[in-house]
Amino acid sequence: MKKKLSLILVAALTAVMVTACGSSSSQNSSSSSDSSSKSNSSSQKTVGLAVSTLNNPFFVSMRDGAKSEADKKGIHLIVDNANNDQSTQLNQVQDLIQQKVGAILLNPVDSQGLAQAVKMANQANIPVITLDRSVSSGKVTTFIASDSVKAGKMAADQIIKALNGKGKVVELQGEIGASSERDREKGFDNEIKTASGIQVVSKQSADFDRSKALNVMENILQAHPDVNAVFAQNDEMALGALKAIQQSNKKNVKIVGIDGEGEAIKNVNNGSMYADIAQQPSVEGQLGVDKALDLFNGKKLDSTVPVPLKLVTKGSSFKGF
Amino acid sequence: MKEFVRRYKLGPLIGLIILFIIISILSHQFLTLSNLRNVALQTSVNMLLAVGMTFVILTSGIDLSVGSTLAVSAVVGSLVMTSGINFGLGIVIALIVGILAGLINGLFIAYGRLAPFIVTLGTMTLYRGITEILTHGSPIYNLPKGFSVIGTGSLVGIPIPVILTVIVLIVAWILLNRSVTGRRVYAVGGNEEVAKLAGVPVKKYLLLVYMISGFLAAVAGMILSSRLGSAEPTAGNGYELDAITAVVLGGTSLFGGEGTLVGTIIGAAILGVIDNGLNLLNVNSFWQDAVKGAIILIAIMLDRKKPNQ
Repeated sequence: MKKKLSLILVAALTAVMVTACGSSSSQNSSSSSDSSSKSNSSSQKTVGLAVSTLNNPFFVSMRDGAKSEADKKGIHLIVDNANNDQSTQLNQVQDLIQQKVGAILLNPVDSQGLAQAVKMANQANIPVITLDRSVSSGKVTTFIASDSVKAGKMAADQIIKALNGKGKVVELQGEIGASSERDREKGFDNEIKTASGIQVVSKQSADFDRSKALNVMENILQAHPDVNAVFAQNDEMALGALKAIQQSNKKNVKIVGIDGEGEAIKNVNNGSMYADIAQQPSVEGQLGVDKALDLFNGKKLDSTVPVPLKLVTKGSSFKGF
Repeated sequence: MKEFVRRYKLGPLIGLIILFIIISILSHQFLTLSNLRNVALQTSVNMLLAVGMTFVILTSGIDLSVGSTLAVSAVVGSLVMTSGINFGLGIVIALIVGILAGLINGLFIAYGRLAPFIVTLGTMTLYRGITEILTHGSPIYNLPKGFSVIGTGSLVGIPIPVILTVIVLIVAWILLNRSVTGRRVYAVGGNEEVAKLAGVPVKKYLLLVYMISGFLAAVAGMILSSRLGSAEPTAGNGYELDAITAVVLGGTSLFGGEGTLVGTIIGAAILGVIDNGLNLLNVNSFWQDAVKGAIILIAIMLDRKKPNQ
């Protein structure tokens, strides 16, 4: 009896916690309609979006772009969030194949690991369009993304410009081995070499994470108090580095980030950051739906569809995501 | 000599001292006051989580949910703050959320008779999920100016997070070493049946340790979001492993009943010094994890006990 009572108490407490949290969020309604509740439309008009994670504003914006475009064009969109887990995503793609969707928009967790999922879709004759990252093998109908190597190059150009070709630079790397990390690094490193007066004094990973970047940058500032600029491979790390720099009372350290996150854009506009290379994830999502519709209408697609990068400097009207 | 090291559990301390010597030889910046201040500041979050984890592990439990608890309490607190309500109330609510998260863990473990590993594995995902629902995956920023004092302010040159951590350490030390509560926590971990027969209300103590862990995770969450000026949905990801590592490095037995808070403090300091040192020395990112893992193994080796002891 006592045991039963305590179990009920536990359940009640959990429920209270969950609902209390739920009710305190007012903008929640938009995300609750993600699920595949409307199953009445024909399979031809159904598109599955398998997104790597919704734990990051970038991919939330991609999802939102796809969703609003799907609503506009009368396409039923099924959104699956893999929480950055390969095998979850593999299962989700399998489920989408089972549901006989007309096309799969895949934003893979990992370019190697999801190749298998693409092959399964190929066998079931369901076209796959990859968003932001692609897969290493399997037949992908088209790849929609902005060019990460170019983003790195643009960031390097901004730093060269900000320092007039002379100074000490810190590079904050993302998760080592991620394709975005490698490509941004490649573009940046190749371009920054062209300015002989610029020296990359420290290159450290902060895993694309803001709090890690705060600590890493604080440590680097101890070793290199005279740094002139920071290139962060994403905005989260740029914002962490910004905090470290502000708290050390250093002035005039130029920070350049990549992504176009709203908070970073705000800091570019108030002069705290020098520039940002913005990607447009919502455009990626939107183009994904458009290209799927083109497929339904029997059009041929190019193998890659570039999404333009936007250079954001002080005073631009770009909003970010 | 070996006996002396073992008896007084000096392994972790010797490890820390060796690490200090090596890094200060390799890097001139390491032993500067401003850098040591930095290390203390950066270690405070893990130190708080590790203190809570010490209580939990002493009862032969484990709390895998601390990273998620940190995030959910920081996010709820920040939502309260950004909705224009006084930030003090935001902090109080964040701390309550932390305690509540710990209470839920404790209820399942003590009264539901479920394994701590399983329960906190579940709540780790549950609390992270709630965090994501609340934030929609985006960081919450524009926290009130006054709130930043907790993370970035200092008193006579000592960062406030460090002061808060020292206060927590002192209270926790007294609780563990100079009170009935402490003796009973050790007793529960040593042998639950014996403790029960000796009249220790085991279930209440289990509840208590998870609530302490949740509370300290919330304090850590407040410090982290105050330092960053934002609450991140990904905050605290993987921190449970750092906290467990600090406790184990400090010589506390994962089977409960045995270990010290001072050991945990040294363990957390070792981790902080490694991270800082590797950054100062600009060790290639590919090597950082490998080097860190190797140092941890060596430190544990120094404290190794004979198998029959």
